Amino acid sequence: VTDWIEACGADDIDEEDVIRFDHDGRSFAVYRSPDDEYFATDGLCTHEKVHLADGLVMGDIIECPKHNGRFNYKTGAAKGAPVCVNLRTYPVKVEAGKVFLQIA
Amino acid sequence: MAMSRGMVVIGAGECGARAALALRENGYDGPITLIGEEPHLPYERPPLSKEAIAGAEAPEIKAVAAGERLAESRIDHLSGKTVVAIDRPARTVTLAGGETVPYDKLLLATGAVPRRLPLTGSGEQMAYLRTFDDALAIRTRLAPGIRVAIVGGGFIGLELAASARKRGAAVTVIEAQPRILMRGVPKEIASVVHAEHERQGVHILSGVQIVGWGERNGRAQIIVDGGTTVGDIARGGTVEADLVVVGIGAAPVTALAESAGLTVDNGIAVDSRLRTSDENIFAAGDCCSFPMTLYGGRRVRLEAWRNAQEQGALAARNMLGAELEHTAVPWFWSDQYDFSLQIAGLADGGSSVVRRDLGAGAFILFHIAADGRLLSASGIGPGNAVARDIRLAEMLIARQARPDPSELASSDVKLKTLLAA
Repeated sequence: VTDWIEACGADDIDEEDVIRFDHDGRSFAVYRSPDDEYFATDGLCTHEKVHLADGLVMGDIIECPKHNGRFNYKTGAAKGAPVCVNLRTYPVKVEAGKVFLQIA
Repeated sequence: MAMSRGMVVIGAGECGARAALALRENGYDGPITLIGEEPHLPYERPPLSKEAIAGAEAPEIKAVAAGERLAESRIDHLSGKTVVAIDRPARTVTLAGGETVPYDKLLLATGAVPRRLPLTGSGEQMAYLRTFDDALAIRTRLAPGIRVAIVGGGFIGLELAASARKRGAAVTVIEAQPRILMRGVPKEIASVVHAEHERQGVHILSGVQIVGWGERNGRAQIIVDGGTTVGDIARGGTVEADLVVVGIGAAPVTALAESAGLTVDNGIAVDSRLRTSDENIFAAGDCCSFPMTLYGGRRVRLEAWRNAQEQGALAARNMLGAELEHTAVPWFWSDQYDFSLQIAGLADGGSSVVRRDLGAGAFILFHIAADGRLLSASGIGPGNAVARDIRLAEMLIARQARPDPSELASSDVKLKTLLAA
């Protein structure tokens, strides 16, 4: 019983960019990769609870806007100091121009 | 090269701890000894002026690396230990108790200490902030309604002012310079910070000299003169305070290096590979001055978290023979109230300034050299509104790019597209 939650329109995110999506008291970051795929992770950096949606997407990497903690947003893997705890990722699908997250 | 004696890092702050971890991460297999004077695990200092003071809950140390990680990395962390001497010919360091530790390569990450206010008879109301214990001491003395005077309108002072306001204290900032944030922050950005503090009820006295100090009924009496900006205190009057926190800059810790005969020049002098005048000794972070290749080799000393981190990691690699130059663009941030300020590059040069407005009051100033090179970007805004563009600007600065000023000014032009150019 996992519902797909509509997060945004596919065009709401530029290529190689990220936006914030809040749902039910939780906050997420939704990404569009340079090759036009969509991904989602928890919104807050595992280092200092800073929202990643203000960060910079470069290739497969999201950089925390404050302390340059880096994660692979496709896998959630932390990519070195100061972050050492991985980000949780969520399944994403795009249907009829809308981006859906499975956030159970 | 046989590396059996081991690597020694003196100073277990952000820089030293990052260096020790990086030695292991880069494949070094010999003994690593990390020596620090504080009793704690290596911890991050940025929260000390912010959440540690302002937070509702008593703060805990935010460790750079947990004890288990240090153990897994086989880093011997000697806490509460002071190094009293370096014997360069013998390649050993001597601890206060007389114990010696041998090294193949040594890193000095001794940091900096707050500059003291040159006043005699300073009372018990006076405090400085550098360590976690300092932050705890300040925190316990803050209570709603108490009067706090902060000497120094730099980042530490202003972050403390914001934190003390959150705790309900009445706050006066006393700054000797004509304005706050004189060092390395553009005037337009300092004005935004100033206005926000005043809006939050902080009195800022700038261009004010402290000429005397006394104590009455358990309160500090700070006698000031020469004021040009006056809150509720008359020019040449007295600021009364239950707590006085002094944040007038920091001095590099160089005594050990000096007594070992290393070159010191506004910090332990290192080359672009962070090597001191002894080929087996490196220095990194707040304690060292280094030539900044991006800015014509100008020798600078940076007191910044990210610099400490980057230089620690780079020094570790160079201790292992990598011979890498430190070329990172300086970057720092400050959080006060709901505002965040970020600066990439050195914001004190350039022949022209371009402003980029990002909405909601957020803006960035780009400083540009006569030849068109982007030298620095300074931004301020709510939350992390300026973060992404500052990061992109940092990359442009690193590439010594000459972006079109009109494109920098237009928020319709994504800075990322300029990187591709």
